[in-house]
Amino acid sequence: MRRFDYYRASSVDQAISLLDEHGEGGMLLAGGTDLLVQIKEAGLNPSYIVSLLEVDELSGLSENGNGLRIGARVLMCEVAADASVQSDYSALADGAGLVGSWQTRNMGTVGGNVCNAAPSADTSPPLSVLGATVHIAGAGGTREVAIDDFWTGPGQTVLGASEVMTQITVPAPPAGSGSFYERHTPRQIMDIAAVGIAAYVELDGDGNCTTARIALGAVAPTVMRASQAEAAISGGPINEETAAAAGAAAAGEATPISDQRGSAEFRRHLVEVMTTRSILRAAERAQG
Amino acid sequence: MAKQVFTLNVNGRDHELFTEPNQSLLEVVRDELRLTGAKEGCGTGDCGACTMVVDGETITACLMLAPDAAGREIETIEGLADGEQLHPLQQAFIDHGSVQCGFCIPGMILAGVALLERNPNPTRDEIRVGIAGNLCRCTGYRKIVEAIESVAGA
Repeated sequence: MRRFDYYRASSVDQAISLLDEHGEGGMLLAGGTDLLVQIKEAGLNPSYIVSLLEVDELSGLSENGNGLRIGARVLMCEVAADASVQSDYSALADGAGLVGSWQTRNMGTVGGNVCNAAPSADTSPPLSVLGATVHIAGAGGTREVAIDDFWTGPGQTVLGASEVMTQITVPAPPAGSGSFYERHTPRQIMDIAAVGIAAYVELDGDGNCTTARIALGAVAPTVMRASQAEAAISGGPINEETAAAAGAAAAGEATPISDQRGSAEFRRHLVEVMTTRSILRAAERAQG
Repeated sequence: MAKQVFTLNVNGRDHELFTEPNQSLLEVVRDELRLTGAKEGCGTGDCGACTMVVDGETITACLMLAPDAAGREIETIEGLADGEQLHPLQQAFIDHGSVQCGFCIPGMILAGVALLERNPNPTRDEIRVGIAGNLCRCTGYRKIVEAIESVAGA
């Protein structure tokens, strides 16, 4: 591996001051499953690494009835196995459970997945449709950013050079809501999404959709909300016909590229089929 | 950065090390401690040949920096047997002829043990998912799955 200096932070404040003190070229290390691969294979060449392994403030997954708090260093396996995430934040459990292998999920963190800002990240579309907020700490204090505003491009976020993501919070979904995430991969497991789709719906007493949020992964420079598809499904009943109309709208909004995981045309087709299906599955969960 | 001193607890024994911080746990365990059961296949966490157990959970040791493993309990395939008494899954791999070239087997067995601890009675599909992060390039999965199946519920 390329050479770098290594510091172990014991608190968020210390991590920030290490980044401040040593300046450009530093990287924060949480699980390492993305960062070390990028150093080994993708030409990333940090001059130093700040390990967050011992920063206890960044751990902890909790639900208090008003919402979910995910510390930035919480592991994929913790999120995927958590009973309240599975029942109330289902799309997030779907996404976290699909990442890599058991070994990957035992090391990789949701915070790292979000900060790495891959458009194909499996926890990102679920967090987007669940309306998550990213909490950031820096030398000047703390700030909060809506997750849809957190990503600015592939691998790019609004995080400043000496800022640290501390936690992600998700408001508790109301009764009558449901969410779902699925991805398409050439291999069933240990693969990266060619397309990932998350859907969230709220239904009223008559079964009409009052709110819908749909996020598309791996078909744009960042995870994107499909606002036309959301508008298409909102305000009426959810059935195969209305879901298919929203799927077609989503396919029109996506801006996929062609690469080794699929052509743009194939991805657009996947967006249509998978958005349709994801809306129907989210509605089933809302009724369940 | 200069070399750093840190202590790794591997298979219940403390080892004091003096290495560069850019060494992976896998490199240090193989090259410094000479425990060569875990292998480097891909080096990027895809093949599982470097699987170790850290604080009770399987990880790919090629993607863990050695200093990040300091202060944690590390188990390798060398620590699985009880003296001369093989772990039941090790014996099952022998009995079922599950080993061809052997490169993937240490990781495969540790992934199998972890699977059975989580789920003592896995279905065949659950076994396949449980070892999905461990590649066998001899493609000898059938006998590996059968060996794990044979000790399930035991």
